[in-house]
Amino acid sequence: MNKKPEQPPEATGASKQKTQTNHGKMVVKLLAVVLGMFGFGFALVPLYDVFCDLTGLNGKTANSAAVYEVMEVDESRTITIDFITRTNTGMAWKFEAEKRQVKVHPGQMNEINFTVNNPTTHSVVGQAVPSVSPGTAALFLNKTECFCFEQQVLQAGESAVMPMRFYVDPQLPDDISYFALQYTLYDVTATAGDLVMNRGE
Amino acid sequence: MSTVTDTIHHDDDHHEHHAPPSGIKRWLYTTNHKDIGTLYLWFAFIMFLTGGAMAMVIRAELFQPGLQIVDPNFFNQMTTVHGLIMVFGAVMPAFTGLANWLVPMMIGAPDMALPRMNNWSFWILPFAFLILLSSLFMEGGGPAFGWTFYAPLSTTYSGDSTALFVFSVHIMGISSIMGAINVIVTIFNMRAPGMTWMKMPLFVWTWLITAFLLIAVMPVLAGAVTMVLTDKFFGTSFFDAAGGGDPVMFQHIFWFFGHPEVYIMILPAFGIISQIVPTFARKRLFGYASMVYATASIALLSFIVWAHHMFTTGMPVFAEMFFMLATMLISVPTGVKVFNWVATMWRGSLSFEVPMLFALAFIVLFTIGGLSGLMLAITPVDFQYHDTYFVVAHFHYVLVTGAIFSIMAAVYYWLPKWTGKMFDITLAKWHFWCSLVSVNVLFFPMHFVGLAGMPRRIPDYALQFADFNKWISLGGFAFGLSQLIFLALLIKACSKKGEPVSDQVWEGAEGLEWEIPSPAPYHTFETPPVIK
Repeated sequence: MNKKPEQPPEATGASKQKTQTNHGKMVVKLLAVVLGMFGFGFALVPLYDVFCDLTGLNGKTANSAAVYEVMEVDESRTITIDFITRTNTGMAWKFEAEKRQVKVHPGQMNEINFTVNNPTTHSVVGQAVPSVSPGTAALFLNKTECFCFEQQVLQAGESAVMPMRFYVDPQLPDDISYFALQYTLYDVTATAGDLVMNRGE
Repeated sequence: MSTVTDTIHHDDDHHEHHAPPSGIKRWLYTTNHKDIGTLYLWFAFIMFLTGGAMAMVIRAELFQPGLQIVDPNFFNQMTTVHGLIMVFGAVMPAFTGLANWLVPMMIGAPDMALPRMNNWSFWILPFAFLILLSSLFMEGGGPAFGWTFYAPLSTTYSGDSTALFVFSVHIMGISSIMGAINVIVTIFNMRAPGMTWMKMPLFVWTWLITAFLLIAVMPVLAGAVTMVLTDKFFGTSFFDAAGGGDPVMFQHIFWFFGHPEVYIMILPAFGIISQIVPTFARKRLFGYASMVYATASIALLSFIVWAHHMFTTGMPVFAEMFFMLATMLISVPTGVKVFNWVATMWRGSLSFEVPMLFALAFIVLFTIGGLSGLMLAITPVDFQYHDTYFVVAHFHYVLVTGAIFSIMAAVYYWLPKWTGKMFDITLAKWHFWCSLVSVNVLFFPMHFVGLAGMPRRIPDYALQFADFNKWISLGGFAFGLSQLIFLALLIKACSKKGEPVSDQVWEGAEGLEWEIPSPAPYHTFETPPVIK
C-alpha cells in the first residue's frame, strides 16, 4: 500500500529503448535454446546408436567382422542359440536357417548356413538385419563372417547358401544361457538400384 | 495498407489511446494482447468443435460392433486428426489465448513484450490447421497413423498427405515457440515495479514454466517430423531398420517431446485452479511457495519419464524400474497441489459459482485420471493395459475433465471481466451439469472395457464390449451436444447482453486484473500499477 513505485510511472524515450534492448537480448538467448534443442533432436540419433553400441540394448550385433583369436573354449558352459528367420512385408524371398537351434560352448568357433531363394521373375537386392534377444547378449555374439554385413543380390529364380561364422565371447554374463538371433530380410531394391545393375550384368 | 498506417498515425497524433481500426483489419493487424487472446480463444473453440465432430464420428462407428458407418481407413484418419486437433488446435491455443489476455493484466504490463510477433504467432495457426484438414480430402486420405505418428506407420505405410501433416506440425510448432518466447520475455522484463517473483499469481508462474517446456521440446518435435519427412520422401533411414536405422528410436525421440507435452497441457490448468479456488473459498491459497516448487519439479521430472510410454517395446529390467519409479515420483508434487487446493477450501466460506463448479469437478476428476496414470506407471501392469481403452480413459480424464474443464472454468471466471457483463448463469449451470454427467458416462466405462482388453484405435470390437460401448457413445453424443450450450452462452456473452458487473466481479477475487474497470479497457497499465 505505502510502497512507492521504483520507476517513474511514465516511461521516457530512453527507458523505452532500454526495455527494447532487454527484450532483444532475451529473444536471442531463447532462440539459441530453440535452435539448440532442434539440434539436440538430431543429436539423439548418433547418441542413441552410441548408447546402444555400448550397452547392446537394442539387440543389434556389430556391423563389421570380428577377428577370432585362438582362445580357451569354456566347455563347462553350454549356450543354446535359436535362429529365427523372417522376411519383411513385401519381401518375396524364401529365407531359412539350416538348423533352428544350436548348442555351443563360449569361445568355440561355429558356422551355420542360411539358404535364400528368390522365387520372383526379377532380380532383388536384400539386406538382412540382425536382432538378438535378450539385447544384452548382442555384445557377446561375435561374427567373423556374416551375410548381413552387406547387401545380397539374387537374380530371378536364383538360390544361394549364405554362411555365418561366429563365436560367443566367454565373458557372456552367467545368467544368460539361452538367446535368440533373428534375421529380418528387407527388400532394398528401390534404394540399391545401381548395385543390381552393376552386378547383374 | 498505407491508408491504415496513416489513420493510425493520425490517431496517434491526437489521442494517446487510439481506438482499434474497425472491421476485419482490426483482427488481422492487431498487436493488442487482448484482441490476440480473443482470437486464440475463439480459434481454440472452433477447433474444439471440429475435433469434437470427429469424436462423434468415432463414437457413432463404435456405437455397435461391426463396421457400419465409415471404412477403417477413414476411422483411422478420424482418430488421428481428432487427437492432433484437440492437442495442438484446442488445448494449447486456448491456454495461449488465456496467457495473452491474463499475463499482462496480472503482472501490470501494458501489453506482451513482442506484440508484432504475437500477431504472427496467432495468424500462422489457422493456416496450419487448414493444411491439416484439407489433407483429409486428398486421394488416399489424410494422416491415419495416430497422433503419435509412429514410424514405420508414418514413413513406410503412410500416404502422400504425410508431407502436409509434417508441414502443418512445423507451423504449429513455430507458432507455439513464438508464443512461448513472448510469454517468457513478458514475464521477465515487464513485471510492474514491486511484482517480485514470489508475488506473481500462480497462473503466471505455471505459464512461465510451461513456456520453458515449450521452447525445450517443440523443437524436438520439429526434428522428429523432419526425420519422418526425409525418411519418407528423401531416402534417409533414421527409422528404417533395412538402412541401419531403428524404428524404436522414433518412439524415444517422440516421447522425449511427448511427455513434457502432456505437462504443457496441464500446468496452466493447475495455475487456473489455483486462481479460482481461493476466490470462492474466500481464503488465500494454501502453500503458495510449495505450489511454485511443485510445478517446477513436475516440469523437471517430465524430462526423465518418457520411456513409460514404451514399456512393451522391450527394455532391460533396470530401465523399466527406473522409468516406473521416476513416473511414480511425479505423483508427489501433483499430490502436493491437490492437497493445497483442498487445504485452501478447508474452513473457507465456500460458494459455488459456475467457475468454482468447474474447478471442483477438475480437482476430483483430474485426480481420477492421475490415479489411473499411476496404475499405468506400474510396468508389469502396463503390459496388460498398453494400447487398450484403459489408456484412452486415463488421458481423456486428464485432458478433458482436466485441461478442458480448467479452460472452461477460466472462461467463466474471467469472461465477466472481458465483456463487462455477467454471462447467462442458467445456461452456464446447464452446461456444467450436462457436461459433468455426460463426460463421466462417456469416459468412465472406458476403464472397464480397457481392463477387459478392448484395444484402442480399432473401428470394430468383440461382442462382449457392445453394451458398454453403447453407453460410452451415448455419453459422447450428450457431451458433444452439451458444448452447444457453451457456444450459445458465449455468443450471448459476446453480444454484450447481461447484467453489468463490478470491477472486482467476484466477491473474493484478488489480483491486479480485478482492480481495472470491467470490461477491461483496450489498453491497461500504461502506467505501471503500485504493488502492495
